[in-house]
Amino acid sequence: MIELRDLAVRFDGYEAVRGLSLDVASDEWVMLIGPNGAGKTSVLRALCGLLPYDGAVSLDGRDIRSFGRRELARVIAFVPQNPVTPAELTVAEYVLLGRTPHLGRLAVEGRRDRTIAARALERLDLLPFAERGLGSLSGGELQRAVLARALAQEAPVLLLDEPTTSLDLGRQQQVLELVDSLRADGLTVLSTMHDLTLAGQYADRLVLLDRGEVVVEGPPGEVLSPANLAAHYGASVRVVHDDGNVYVLPHRG
Amino acid sequence: MAVGSIRSAEAAVRARGVPRPWRLLAGAFLAGSLLVGLGVGPVGIGVTGIVESALSHLPLLHVHSPLSSIDEAVLWQIRAPRVMLAAIVGGMLAVAGSSYQGVFHNPLADPYLLGVAAGSGLGATLAISYAHVGHSGQLLPLCAFLGGLSAVAATYVLGRSAGPARAAGALVLAGVTVTLFLTAIQTFVQQQHTNTLRDVYAWLLGGFSTASWKQVAVAAPYVAVASTAIVLHRRMLDVLSVGDDEATSLGVDVARLRLLLVIAATAGTAAAVSVSGLIAFVGIIVPHTIRLLVSTSYRAVVPLSLVVGAGFLVLADVLARTIVSPAELPIGVVTAFFGAPFFAVVLRSSRGMR
Repeated sequence: MIELRDLAVRFDGYEAVRGLSLDVASDEWVMLIGPNGAGKTSVLRALCGLLPYDGAVSLDGRDIRSFGRRELARVIAFVPQNPVTPAELTVAEYVLLGRTPHLGRLAVEGRRDRTIAARALERLDLLPFAERGLGSLSGGELQRAVLARALAQEAPVLLLDEPTTSLDLGRQQQVLELVDSLRADGLTVLSTMHDLTLAGQYADRLVLLDRGEVVVEGPPGEVLSPANLAAHYGASVRVVHDDGNVYVLPHRG
Repeated sequence: MAVGSIRSAEAAVRARGVPRPWRLLAGAFLAGSLLVGLGVGPVGIGVTGIVESALSHLPLLHVHSPLSSIDEAVLWQIRAPRVMLAAIVGGMLAVAGSSYQGVFHNPLADPYLLGVAAGSGLGATLAISYAHVGHSGQLLPLCAFLGGLSAVAATYVLGRSAGPARAAGALVLAGVTVTLFLTAIQTFVQQQHTNTLRDVYAWLLGGFSTASWKQVAVAAPYVAVASTAIVLHRRMLDVLSVGDDEATSLGVDVARLRLLLVIAATAGTAAAVSVSGLIAFVGIIVPHTIRLLVSTSYRAVVPLSLVVGAGFLVLADVLARTIVSPAELPIGVVTAFFGAPFFAVVLRSSRGMR
């Protein structure tokens, strides 16, 4: 369980996030939504040590400031929106990089690390690709390789920044189903999400941010109201509730 | 999937490192280069002569050298230190180049990127112009070494003042600034002391004509420590290839790692430059040849650069001292004249490979 208390993130002289408090339970999937520049990515970057922050973040009751850099990477894995994937590294080599926080600085991977990487590849149906170069993969396969690297990190918390950008509709659904199934292994997921319909269908809870502050938080059906989306996205939408799902449809008014 | 098939899949889940055939090939290349370096010259010495003479110097073997005492002296007092010096300088420049390329995510980075060359050049020029040490004096390597280190220290301080967010790019820009500034001073000093131009020029071109065991002993400790440090960090260089942010999220202290690798590469390069002058080309071409032929993973590039760079510079030095014998060509001319066409061939033929 991860708890954020009064989180504030400031960089380049402006406050990207302020007063954010949020609990994410184990096995839960919470999504941060909000218009461009609302501060979604800044929250994730602060949690994995890429941005300084004020306030407190604790993991299972322990303040994450007391974690060393390596220790933090053993409990929080981060998948950025546009990961750097060197074309010439093989999928296996790339996924093995996920073992870095578990290895000494000068160490190389041992048998145990290779087993864990093999499991991560297996989990994401990538074993047949192990010896292929990252440059030869399609967008969907690449995204799975990035997730496999995060899994190899064996961190109980997974942060995903826009995990579906640049994927086609089918691949978006596949990746989200995969992430959903990973939660069965006890993974806590906090992600940002652009597509509100997909957000509504996969998240346990949505947190709507605007200008760095939480404006609404709750189950998708409540957060994704035309009034909320008009007020904070400046969007004109119709929201359809059908067989328990929420669909957000842009509407030319 | 059952545990058994995971076990069998593990075989595929490993980093390539240096593939065995390349390991053997690189080792053979270095051994061959050393033998050619020791054997070729105005006095030709055969391979068996070299090997038996070497064995005769080892205790307990009771092998007798087949060489005359003159040949022995030529081999062990003239050629061997020269070959050794070329090998450690070549290995150091190539491994430092590969390290800089990884640390700065910049394929054009060479060991002189952060101002080592300009600093060493100025140090040597000052020593020659004001202390009149001549281009083979004892004081010269020390001045060049200190000049190189001071220049990189200045680059580092200047680069850091731009703030941590732009660290890598700012450091490279700072290197350019320091290089231009020091080059201006050097040109001025040269203009004021035209009588020493020849000595300065001879040093700048680089070479091993004054090689001695003493120089080997001066450079070897730095090169040994620096290249060992870089080789041990080869996996970390692969981690850096996913960018500063992701390396940080994998628990790596990127700034500290970069500083450590820059210090190692710089100290080793400064030591190499101090005994050999400025030898361009090795630090860029050797690592890139390995990338094109073997693998872009630093687990292959770093160790192979060390071995192949050593062999390459030994061979280049053989050409430098034999082509216009008894005169010598500057070694930088040889490395570029033969290395550039070779690299062009590698570049062309690798198009189809990927």
